Amino acid sequence: MKKYSAFSLFKHGLNHHQDWQRVWRNPTPKKHYDIIIVGGGGHGLATAYYLAKEFGITNVAVIEKGYLGGGNTARNTTIVRSNYLWDESSHLYEHSLKLWESLSQELNYNVMFSQRGVLNLGHTLQDMRDIQRRVNANRLNGIDGEILDPQQIKEIVPYMDCSANRRYPVLGASWQPRGGVARHDAVAWGFARGASELGVDLIQQCQVTGFEIKNGMVTGVKTDSYGLISAAKVGCVVAGNSGVVASMAGLRLPIESHPLQAFVSEPIKPILDTVVMSNHVHGYISQSDKGDLVIGSGIDHYNGYGQRGSYPIIEHAVAAILELFPNFSRVRMNRQWGGIVDTCPDACPIISKTPIKNLYFNCGWGTGGFKATPGSGHVFAASLAKDEMHELAKPFSLDRFYHGSLIDEHGAAGVAH
Amino acid sequence: MFLIHCPICNEPRSEDEFHCAGEGHIQRPLDPMATSDKEWGDYLFFRSNPRGTYRELWQHTIGCRKYFYIKRNTETYQIYKTYKLDDKSERVALDKEHSNKNKFGDLL
Repeated sequence: MKKYSAFSLFKHGLNHHQDWQRVWRNPTPKKHYDIIIVGGGGHGLATAYYLAKEFGITNVAVIEKGYLGGGNTARNTTIVRSNYLWDESSHLYEHSLKLWESLSQELNYNVMFSQRGVLNLGHTLQDMRDIQRRVNANRLNGIDGEILDPQQIKEIVPYMDCSANRRYPVLGASWQPRGGVARHDAVAWGFARGASELGVDLIQQCQVTGFEIKNGMVTGVKTDSYGLISAAKVGCVVAGNSGVVASMAGLRLPIESHPLQAFVSEPIKPILDTVVMSNHVHGYISQSDKGDLVIGSGIDHYNGYGQRGSYPIIEHAVAAILELFPNFSRVRMNRQWGGIVDTCPDACPIISKTPIKNLYFNCGWGTGGFKATPGSGHVFAASLAKDEMHELAKPFSLDRFYHGSLIDEHGAAGVAH
Repeated sequence: MFLIHCPICNEPRSEDEFHCAGEGHIQRPLDPMATSDKEWGDYLFFRSNPRGTYRELWQHTIGCRKYFYIKRNTETYQIYKTYKLDDKSERVALDKEHSNKNKFGDLL
């Protein structure tokens, strides 16, 4: 694989960019793999990449029913942060954030990670108490965080209405300067390119239709286009389809799939150079490099697999953003779309073995999985490679729903993001 | 966007009058003292989450405030029927589906 550089860009520019090398191979699958990853989204590709890179396991296939990074990776609002409340989750997300910080160099692929800071607004006294608690918890865990008053917020986001006479006045905010946004597609493409170069087979347009299970042990996956492909271990990273794939193995998960919508406006001149999130008015907004305002809010409150979402949510999202930014009232929405998120009762992921030997699940990231892409892939790869859950993944086992050690991140997960 | 026929009010009403209360026909363990952690966990957290036919409990929050069931398709968003809590016909159909489940269904 040729390295990308300013020089290669110049060189290929000389003949009108006609002869760039293909970014990844498009192989026919072998009969057997050491590890099969079901699901070629960001998390699955990251898992495959780290398996090959860090653990030297290259006889790996990623099986994707559509195209690489075409699910929630292509549909999210790209916010990256690690200011979660509990130790278990903040360690996991911080692990991920640290990987983000060097990801472009690591992959030789510009993932456009921009640490422009994330504001989580507080509108009530209880919001402010929660913010104080969370920021203190973050600092004890070595994660950057500050509590800002309305004047300091005004300096960062001058166009936001921080006046006291709003229905939901901004009383303060938590501020994580190391948070930010990244280019969602580039993350999937970068991991795919890296994994493919190291020998991982990326199989697209191939749907897993079932598992081959013998004596309570998974021995392969059944596919629609290539029949049975055997594997020593199988890791499922299929987000919104986790329930469907689990049921192929006869399992149930504590997961419900809901549509989550996002919106972009028409491109406008630079007006917002950070990420603003509010749990209370329930919306969040940032501005992409192209100039569109990227907006999101809640999930549909009922289960659904239609990648669209319901109309009341659109109205709700727009109302929330206009509460914060009345000056956006005449900005027109350009596009709206929905992705299927796998929500867990405690708003935390499941990275776990299952009662079926050698079958692993990495799911339940719900509305905030994008930020965890490299970290999730890394700990899942480590767990698959060593047959023992990574230290950071241990608290996120499926067992926690039986012994009650839930990690309640509804506060820090807050508005779906 | 659903237009939901409330079986109690007996008229179609807009989705935002309703609140979804999750999967329907989930039976609370009858003897709490004899219920294991695993059974409690299954009852509280584990859901079928199918892509396709699904029976859900809904409340007509800003209408009659009564609970009822919706049988619908989670992929096409078609509503097959809405029915009252005491309608036993779907319960019977559901039991039949469960008895056909995969032999590994009891592992979790």
